Amino acid sequence: MSTITKNMSLRDQFLNLYRDRAGDISANSAPLLNNYRDGALARLEDLGFPVKGSEEYRYADIESVFKNDLQKDFGDIRVTFNIREIFHCDVPDLDTNLLLLVNGRYYNGSELIRKLPGGIIAGSLAQAAKDYPEIVEKHYGRYAGASDDGLVALNTAFAQDGIFIYVPERVKSEKPIQVVNIMISDNDLMAQHRNLFIAEDGAEAKIVVCDHSLSAHRFLTNSVNEVFTGKGAQINLTRIQNEHNGSSQITHSYSHQEAGSNLTASIISLHGGFIRNNIFVTLNGEHAENHSMGLYLSDKGQYIDNFVHIDHASPNCFSNQLFKGVLDDYASGSFNGRILVRRDAQKTNAYQSNNNILLTDDAKMYSRPQLEIYADDVKCSHGSTMGRLDDNALFYLRSRGIDKREARLMLMFAFAHEVIQNIKVKALQERIDDLVNKRLRGELSRCNNCAMKCG
Amino acid sequence: MQKEQDQILNEVTTGEYKYGFYTDIEHDSIGKGLNEDVIRLISEKKNEPEFMLQFRLKAYRHWLTMKMPGWAHLDIPPIDYQELVYYSAPKQKARLSSLDEVDPELLETFNKLGIPLEEQKHLAGVAVDAVMDSVSVKTTFKETLAELGIIFCSFSEAVREYPDLVRQYMGSVVPYTDNYYAALNSAVFSDGSFCYIPKGVRCPMELSTYFRINAANTGQFERTLIVAEDNSYVSYLEGCTAPMRDENQLHAAIVEIVAMEGAEVKYATVQNWYPGNKEGKGGIYNFVTKRGICKGDNSKISWTQVETGSAITWKYPSCILKGDNTTGEFYSVALTNNRQQADTGTKMIHIGKNSKSIIVSKGISSGVSNNSYRGLVKVLRGAENARNFSQCDSLLLGDKCGAHTFPYIESNNQSAIIEHEATTSRIGEDQIFYCNQRGIATEDAISLIVNGYAKEVLNKLPMEFAVEAQKLLQISLEGSVG
Repeated sequence: MSTITKNMSLRDQFLNLYRDRAGDISANSAPLLNNYRDGALARLEDLGFPVKGSEEYRYADIESVFKNDLQKDFGDIRVTFNIREIFHCDVPDLDTNLLLLVNGRYYNGSELIRKLPGGIIAGSLAQAAKDYPEIVEKHYGRYAGASDDGLVALNTAFAQDGIFIYVPERVKSEKPIQVVNIMISDNDLMAQHRNLFIAEDGAEAKIVVCDHSLSAHRFLTNSVNEVFTGKGAQINLTRIQNEHNGSSQITHSYSHQEAGSNLTASIISLHGGFIRNNIFVTLNGEHAENHSMGLYLSDKGQYIDNFVHIDHASPNCFSNQLFKGVLDDYASGSFNGRILVRRDAQKTNAYQSNNNILLTDDAKMYSRPQLEIYADDVKCSHGSTMGRLDDNALFYLRSRGIDKREARLMLMFAFAHEVIQNIKVKALQERIDDLVNKRLRGELSRCNNCAMKCG
Repeated sequence: MQKEQDQILNEVTTGEYKYGFYTDIEHDSIGKGLNEDVIRLISEKKNEPEFMLQFRLKAYRHWLTMKMPGWAHLDIPPIDYQELVYYSAPKQKARLSSLDEVDPELLETFNKLGIPLEEQKHLAGVAVDAVMDSVSVKTTFKETLAELGIIFCSFSEAVREYPDLVRQYMGSVVPYTDNYYAALNSAVFSDGSFCYIPKGVRCPMELSTYFRINAANTGQFERTLIVAEDNSYVSYLEGCTAPMRDENQLHAAIVEIVAMEGAEVKYATVQNWYPGNKEGKGGIYNFVTKRGICKGDNSKISWTQVETGSAITWKYPSCILKGDNTTGEFYSVALTNNRQQADTGTKMIHIGKNSKSIIVSKGISSGVSNNSYRGLVKVLRGAENARNFSQCDSLLLGDKCGAHTFPYIESNNQSAIIEHEATTSRIGEDQIFYCNQRGIATEDAISLIVNGYAKEVLNKLPMEFAVEAQKLLQISLEGSVG
């Protein structure tokens, strides 16, 4: 890593890094993924890194996140920890097909691809690109490729592996598929993985992604998710972000929805030093329906930023955004939601709502709910609020003998539950309710589900 | 039905801009181009004191380091600043003492525009400062106002007569470093209006500035400064028109308002610069910086604007709510038609405790125009119990136009309550049907509905302006069915 000099721009650092390590990067991935690297590098060279203050990254300081000298592994380095021993998912009744992603690489020794009932394929993306190139090629880079965010190009250039989930036509996945994404290392580490979730026409899937960090090092993840929802397909995707305060996470999610499909995606951000979620949805067929939801609970110096862009490219579609957050201490947060209704996307119904509660005067929140509309026969509305807990509601509870702290917690919990109630996996919903409750009480530690107890 | 509607839409959109005439009046212009010599020449022509020249030069040097802002949702063709004429004034032979000496051509111009320049039009009860091609040509009712201690005159006169006041307040709300167009204006502004309301005085009449661009190839750069001392009150109106021309003309103005303790300033604009023809040829680029500061406690600034003209509008009248218990208001109707583009809104900066702001914005787009609301509500750490409510509605008439809403909400105080709401829709067929059923023609029904839609804002305008604004909306809107 000594080739990195301080005064080089981030872009050039990574371009050089790629030149140095191109061999390792390609050797430990798949030819199909390698095909996209040159194009992505050219794109990165062209776009550069996002700058704080630009319209897209107005409040997020990406440069400071990348500034830390983080180790980057491209070789075939498998983790020496026995993950199964130190990590167990603590959602008691949650019966899932579990896939593990450790430091951006699929973790499972010999079995890189799992075949689940109904012909569902799940496992390593790199392996899938070798075993099922025709499926992967049809979707890989198709939805994220056009992005003009340099970080997506960066991911495409460097990503070697990730999770691949394929649900064939009209197949209904019985059990939820759970992806546990773990960062664990002996050094400060940066990882860039790439997920591809495909639900063919009429398929149904429930996917849960959990992000954890299991050692106290500085981590940075720059991941890209591509999601394809075929005609009439349904995906329920829940992501729980629970990393420690020294970690930074940038996620890019590009979802493509065909006619009549339904995608419900929730992001629950419980912990994390720096979180930026870019959520792009294209409604590409009539009567497609999208629900994008987020809940963020932040304290200390945490920064959580959700950037949502819903593209109504077809008529008669429906979209709904609901993002809610509670900010404590000197945390800061940002929400940017845009509904774009294209020229011919008549009869669009689109809603957007962002509600925030600030608990201290040091907490900062920035909200930008935006509408960009080029069709006239549409119903679009948005609302954004920022404020404190309702005095009347507090009084109501207190007059019934509930003490102040408890009353405040009840109100905050009720505020958060509006998002949680949309999570369709029952066991998970209860668990998240519980986690949020603990989180609001300040009892949730990142170490809850880790046996290492490293503090 | 559709065909008929299209036809009505066509008829309306081809309606001529009625203030598009040109007055053949002798102009004293300088050559094209912009450099330090030009600025010195402007300053010299205006007999300005040294501090003004230094202010201009500083602004110019700063401007050279800046770039045109690109964040707005606008498609602005490149502007060659060296191709513009930065000073053009109707020729005056000597200083005017009575109206009889005003060039009759000039009087005719303002009569055509319906501006009560002649003092016998007492009934209108409006004091007018008329600005043609950046130079103030006549201020009425000056003496009546002077009795109350109110100063209302052209900016250049103020620079000469009240240099201390100008020096104290000019650039205090919009510094020359503020943005690209503000820097340009600070360097080359030629005139404008100055208004000073002393302590405890309630200005008995509406003050008004009427801006007109007449000469070709000129940019208009005027500057308005309003200072309201403790517990004073003033209501200020601004109107503008320009001749029809094939080339685009630049208008980059600055308005600064200072409201001291308990003062109230109302500022209303009916903006009707030439919007260009149907194909988008010509028209005014309206890049304006308007900002007021509620400096003292309990003060109030209210902006009301009706934006119907200009090819491109880039305008964000703002309030800095510095004092405690201050109030900022912004009411706007922005209408775009044909190929017009507007990116307009406001900024409310809450600094003082218990500061309140309200934003009501109504956007109407038709033709192939794009209409954006862009507004910032920022609550600083010390602004306890700050309160904001924003309502931004867009109405789309036709399926080729765009309506956009880009609010920015930033809060740094837990006791602040900020609410923002926006909707986008078109006129419902059921609404039109309801009117049709009752014998109201489609064209009238739309006008009725749009006027009702904009009523909340039009109500805030002084009466004379409300009538004009209503007419303007009618002219531009009748029959445009989506």
